[in-house]
Amino acid sequence: MINSHLPVLQVLLPLIAAPLCVILRQSVLSWLFATLICFLSFIISCVLFNQVLESGVISYALGGWLSPWGIEYRLDKLTAFMLLIINGVAAIVLLGARESIADEISSDRLYLFYTAFLLNLTGVLGVIMTGDAFNLFVFIEIASLSSYAMISIGNDRRCLYAAFKYLIFGTIGASFILISVGLLYAVTGTLNMVDIFQRLPDVENTKTLTTALVFFVVGIGIKAAIFPLHLWLPDAYSYSPSIVSTFLAGTTTKVFVYVLIRFIYSVFGYETVFVQEAMSHVLMILACAGILYGSYLAIQQDSLKRLLAYSSVAQLGYMLLGISLATEAGLAAGLIHVFNHAIIKVALFLSVIIIIFYTKTDSISKLAGLAKTMPLLMLSFLIGGLSLIGVPLTAGFVSKWFLIKASFENGYWGLVVVIVFSSVLAIIYIWKFIEVAYFKEPDKVVIAIDGNQKTPYLLLFSLFVFVIANVYFGLDSSLNVDMANAIAQDFYLDFVVQ
Amino acid sequence: MDFLGLFNYWVVVILMMVGLYIVIAHKNLVKKLIGINIFQTSIFILFISMGKVTGGTAPILSEANPVYSSPLPHVLILTAIVVGISTTALGLAIVIRIYHAYGTVEDDEIQRELSD
Repeated sequence: MINSHLPVLQVLLPLIAAPLCVILRQSVLSWLFATLICFLSFIISCVLFNQVLESGVISYALGGWLSPWGIEYRLDKLTAFMLLIINGVAAIVLLGARESIADEISSDRLYLFYTAFLLNLTGVLGVIMTGDAFNLFVFIEIASLSSYAMISIGNDRRCLYAAFKYLIFGTIGASFILISVGLLYAVTGTLNMVDIFQRLPDVENTKTLTTALVFFVVGIGIKAAIFPLHLWLPDAYSYSPSIVSTFLAGTTTKVFVYVLIRFIYSVFGYETVFVQEAMSHVLMILACAGILYGSYLAIQQDSLKRLLAYSSVAQLGYMLLGISLATEAGLAAGLIHVFNHAIIKVALFLSVIIIIFYTKTDSISKLAGLAKTMPLLMLSFLIGGLSLIGVPLTAGFVSKWFLIKASFENGYWGLVVVIVFSSVLAIIYIWKFIEVAYFKEPDKVVIAIDGNQKTPYLLLFSLFVFVIANVYFGLDSSLNVDMANAIAQDFYLDFVVQ
Repeated sequence: MDFLGLFNYWVVVILMMVGLYIVIAHKNLVKKLIGINIFQTSIFILFISMGKVTGGTAPILSEANPVYSSPLPHVLILTAIVVGISTTALGLAIVIRIYHAYGTVEDDEIQRELSD
């Protein structure tokens, strides 16, 4: 009985839990409660993943109103895959969050952070699950509003301005998506994604459809921080409380990449996006520009969080590059990188959190000689960094390998050069910190590290989970690669007319 | 070009551009929020005017009035208005905190404070 209602429970669970956190008030209690909810949510997503693998697409009619009248939650392999990534990141990050959060947020606001976190999780999961275009907009706004709140909750006053900037950008982006949904509704008379897809051939080659597509791509471009619409991202990531940047880097932007894939293939359709509008070239140029620009700016940063933020802009370029190839192999490569980048970036951000926890700074120049006092932590950062660069035996290598393979198959030699060159840039910005930490004499900040300070065991545990995941998925990538290939295959069978 | 036939779209586009212009051009954060509001309102009008059927009445089925305007856009916009209000409320809350932290709500003065 409960099994058939799991799709709606997945979204409702964190939504119901969020206000309960406000009632709990006490910070440790609300942390325990929120973590418990996240793990429950993770278990639900595992069960759903199994169900989808066994029985194919699951369609859930909300409140018993059948689609296309009611709102439909639709689970296919891609949905299940994304749910697993998001819930996994959320649960493990929140498990280690308490120590770092208590450091960076004043204690009377802690329970509000957990509330915002659960609301954000609701929004993000809803965006993934929903099969209704307008419902998607509502969930996007739930996710965004709670992330503005999470960013502005910190003690650093710069985070307020970053949050406001993100709010302005994000609202314009969401409004563009709303316009796009409105125009789609105007030409098709329906909001159900499956229905829109089926009715679009009747209105092919109309200006309205083109306008809807352009509004959508620009709107989602702002939300996913696709170059050149990424301006909110560096500030939002570097000034917000570290746990928030970790969570946002691991989930939010990934989800918007998912929405882009979902709309390109199963709403607008391959034919409209790639054949008629030649969207693939636009996306490809933006992806390459983003990769190079993000890597270049990452090199110039002194703040570790800001460095990782710019590197995120570059890595988003890789995902977009995979999608823009408009082939099955390209889509699979993009999805593999969505998974791998989540574990790479979270591992790196978590090590930076621990560095900040001990030294209260994330400025590279002040962290000379860190490896001597914290060898294990630096090793974790090193593994994460190697994975980001794409060294063999790490997860990052797998995604770059498939991306290069997909580019070769299409005959895009230039893209291979861009990917290899940006890997060199990644070596430079990771090396910048590695050199300072390993080969310089300890500086006063590092010497001043208090050895008696309480060790954040849970935070270390979260970090090691992601570091081990980086190595594991580098050695045995069958799980994520097979899944991504199966998703791409399904998409091309179901949505692309051969 | 049927100018009058597309009257509602002209209104929408003009309002939208006014809103966007305010967001971009004004330095005052509160005015930026007002701009965002005008921008969102234009989208509400886009949706609502889309559902209008000439000669249509309220969507109550009766023998006398078989033609009615589509109620769905109204319902959608009701939700969108709520989203818009929440955005404005959160934005204003952040502006208040910015005012407490920086002592000003002017964009350029905050930038100057930040670079110091």
